[in-house]
Amino acid sequence: MELIFEKSRPGRTAGAIPAGDVPETPLETLIGAEYLRDALNLPELAEVDIVRHYTRLARRNFGVDVGFYPLGSCTMKYNPKIHESVAGLDGFTALHPYAPEAFAQGNLQLLYELAGYLSEICGMADFTLQPAAGAHGELAGVMIIKKHFERKGQRRSTILIPDTAHGTNPASVALCGFQVATVRSDEEGGIDIRHLRELMTGDVAGLMLTNPNTLGLFERNIEEVADVVHRNGGLLYCDGANANALVGITRPGDLGFDIIQLNLHKTFSTPHGSGGPGSGPVGVKRNLVPFLPVPRVVKRGKQYRWSDDFPHSIGRVRAFHGNFNVMVKAYTYIRSLGAAGIRRVSENAVLNANYVKERLRGHYRLAYDRVCMHECVFTGERQLQESGVHTTDIAKRLLDYGFHPPTIYFPLIVREAIMIEPTETESKETLDEFCEAMISIAREAKENPELVRSAPLTTPVRRLDDVLAARKPDVCWTLC
Amino acid sequence: MDYVPHTPEDQKEMLRTIGVEALEALFTDIPEKYRLKGLLELPAPLAEQEIWQHMSRLAASNRLPGATLTGAGAYRHYIPAVVSHVVGRSEFYTAYTPYQAEISQGILQAIYEYQTMITRLTGTQVANASMYDGATAMAEAAVLSAKSLGRSRLLAARTVHPEYRKVVGTYAWANGYECAEIPFSPTGQLDRDALRELLDDRAAAVLVQSPNFFGVIEDIGPLAELTHRRGALLVAGFSDPTSLGILKAPGDAGADFVVGEGQGFGNPLNYGGPYLGILASTEAFMRKIPGRLVGATVDREGRRGYVLTLQTREQHIRREKATSNICSNEALCMLAAAVYLAVLGKNLIKLAALNVWKANYLKEALAALPGWRPLFTGPVYNEFAMSCPDAREANRRWERAGLIGGYDLSKDYPELGGGILLCATEMLRREDMDKAVALMK
Amino acid sequence: MAKPSPQDRRYTKEHEWAKPDGGGTVTMGITDHAQELLTDVVYVELPAVGRRVRQQEPIAVVESVKSVSDVYAPVSGEVVEVNQALEAAPELVNKDAFGAGWIAKIRMEAPAELDGLMTAEQYEEHIKTNPH
Repeated sequence: MELIFEKSRPGRTAGAIPAGDVPETPLETLIGAEYLRDALNLPELAEVDIVRHYTRLARRNFGVDVGFYPLGSCTMKYNPKIHESVAGLDGFTALHPYAPEAFAQGNLQLLYELAGYLSEICGMADFTLQPAAGAHGELAGVMIIKKHFERKGQRRSTILIPDTAHGTNPASVALCGFQVATVRSDEEGGIDIRHLRELMTGDVAGLMLTNPNTLGLFERNIEEVADVVHRNGGLLYCDGANANALVGITRPGDLGFDIIQLNLHKTFSTPHGSGGPGSGPVGVKRNLVPFLPVPRVVKRGKQYRWSDDFPHSIGRVRAFHGNFNVMVKAYTYIRSLGAAGIRRVSENAVLNANYVKERLRGHYRLAYDRVCMHECVFTGERQLQESGVHTTDIAKRLLDYGFHPPTIYFPLIVREAIMIEPTETESKETLDEFCEAMISIAREAKENPELVRSAPLTTPVRRLDDVLAARKPDVCWTLC
Repeated sequence: MDYVPHTPEDQKEMLRTIGVEALEALFTDIPEKYRLKGLLELPAPLAEQEIWQHMSRLAASNRLPGATLTGAGAYRHYIPAVVSHVVGRSEFYTAYTPYQAEISQGILQAIYEYQTMITRLTGTQVANASMYDGATAMAEAAVLSAKSLGRSRLLAARTVHPEYRKVVGTYAWANGYECAEIPFSPTGQLDRDALRELLDDRAAAVLVQSPNFFGVIEDIGPLAELTHRRGALLVAGFSDPTSLGILKAPGDAGADFVVGEGQGFGNPLNYGGPYLGILASTEAFMRKIPGRLVGATVDREGRRGYVLTLQTREQHIRREKATSNICSNEALCMLAAAVYLAVLGKNLIKLAALNVWKANYLKEALAALPGWRPLFTGPVYNEFAMSCPDAREANRRWERAGLIGGYDLSKDYPELGGGILLCATEMLRREDMDKAVALMK
Repeated sequence: MAKPSPQDRRYTKEHEWAKPDGGGTVTMGITDHAQELLTDVVYVELPAVGRRVRQQEPIAVVESVKSVSDVYAPVSGEVVEVNQALEAAPELVNKDAFGAGWIAKIRMEAPAELDGLMTAEQYEEHIKTNPH
């Protein structure tokens, strides 16, 4: 398909600028020629050609609305359409972030109430809504840990992270000047308590855990883990990416976590947008509230206001207030579901994952044979040993069956990993279709491995050469 | 309402396949004492109609202004209708990050085109697929500069947006870097002599903004020269991207990194977010910059295609050695920006010129009032700072008339002795501006 | 199957090789076994000429599409030359890890360090018992 630049023709135009109603002094006079650019190379197309271009691009893209998207750790649940309508209301989209508080009481109320709902759901004292994404929330959370020990006058250099952790965890920790020490997982897929105790020195500021972890398994020893961390004077951080397994069933705060970051674009159904925007609110226990980013929404009588009056805050982690329009959708979701609906989310997310696990058992090797939570992890090892077919080939072959593949090659401790998270918004028929496709591919791998290795065959492009893309990077079009 | 399709019969059948009696059996790994006995304390669920009514009321309890005179990092520009139709396509907005390239050629090509447009606008060789916002883009460029050079001092112009400087400060504190401020001169531009004094071998990056927070345009070339002479890197920021329609590209003037806020390209004000961080650089940093990058390649049959590339920079591979932890970005906002730029095309030049003329009109009209005068002499784009008899009173009068006034500079710049920052985009009609001026008489 | 390890050099546990050039310098690179594990090399971050390194300190970085690996200095000394050809052709590491895919030349500070490294036979044994 041609690039938009290749469709450009000199003089074509789509957006007409209104005629000016003010004097038009030459720019060289007002600004000075030395500040002005000579030329601007942007494409020139008529509106119909722009619309066709992007419509054709959309048709070469796969979203949850097109089909099943079982990406482990991503929670690709259905994005309710009422959220899009609500989020498009002028009252929510038209205000400048610096609008006087008297103009923005509706927005401020939404932010205040959302923080309250998230606190109740997670068992935390308060939430900041400022971070723009999960990783951004992790960064803010680690900054809060850092500030906590600074205030205590303690220098703790290390944060512990399990070997199953998502890459953002060690990256966030390193970005705050901490060292990372890795805790092993045991044979059952949980934290190796003995190793944890070994690593727990006075130098350790805390432990960053995902619960359930990236194997989809609940940390059964969580009480003991929390105890080991807290006895050492450390903090227990929860990466809430997998909250879809727990909402309404248990609360991270009750389990002993001191800080949690949530991903509104995962658990709270806001759309992934092909990579963003998300939103990564961070909740904390009462003793850590003073460190939350500023400004925060406060309520005085019936009025909502912004307040900067938190001298021990870590400061700002971004400009303005946060991804407000994303929060409108999450707020709408919580109000739609209510407490009963929220509980149904995790009950059915876990039901669906266990169902898929049962149906695929025997066709693929199961990484850990335990009741899983909202996601299950298989390995493609048998297919690799028997027929030289890699997990990546299985994933590419799934594209021919019309499914988005599960997460592959993560977590790192499982070779040829296949992580499947169905979410609660899928019907039994969809799950059965997916399982049948996976079973069919397992059979193809045995009987016709070359077919699987040459997949995908029916997509707009065949398998792409990412070695070439990395060796000779071509990241912008320079030909026209 | 909720979105779980299962009927009780579906659930029974599935439980049977799994081999357990009830849903509770799937949660036994959670210690009994931590399992909630009842429901969370949240408001009762609402049907779709009730949700629509509730949220409409909540939205309406805000007050929409007749006109907005504030810019200060977020700009009310006209968004062509095509933009919302494209970003409203659910193949785009319900998709995930395009790791499976073969079924994501749509967004991948759109990102590649966006990267190209940004490099052209900014005069750079590589632009990524987005950061969270202008402030974090600047902060991450600063951190990357420090890590690349092994230096730990950041020099930030006082004319950079106060919130951008605060964010840089937070990221600097986290990494153990120090920040120093570069004062401004009566023109409203960065004080070059002061910069010369401050630059030493500890400086990793010089952070500037143009047009700056006061709306004044900086002369990037000489700043780049001074910075490079000391072996440091120049990070040139912007907060209204439409300014790039007429202003010299910062990359062409010598900036190593060009960072900024892309909200002005096709994204609503949205009460502060989601916005769009733009980060672009010279080729030297291609393998180091944070964020996602799309590259062109070919498939097995020689067809042109696009993939996420140079992923080894990113956290999911480099983990604690990554220079950034960014994962999700602002992809849909980036798509809006790309469509906006496609629709405007070369008309961006006209749009930017109109912004200059509107702001100039408003500035001259206000300057004619007793007690009002521009604070600075430097050239401006669509924002300008003025001193006036009483900024708070001015804003009160405007608010009472249903307008959002200007940005009160007294808190962030007490040394100015009172001042107000005003913005006029193409959305302000002459009659809006005349009315605003009349209210000050 | 990896190519047999040449006899004319020594090996480290982390799959680097060091070949004495005579005159106090060694050429170093990664082994054929290592490049097999990495798969297609897309980029090599070379050290700066003139840099001093300690034995076992990271000296270079080798990237494939899906992974990043540190390369460790097999001996202490000063980097006197780097293989510029790898900039345009990182695949040389895959094609000829023991020859044209060399990474750097180091002037040794303590030549006795070489004796502490594995011989070709010891290295072959090492990779048999430690396939990763």
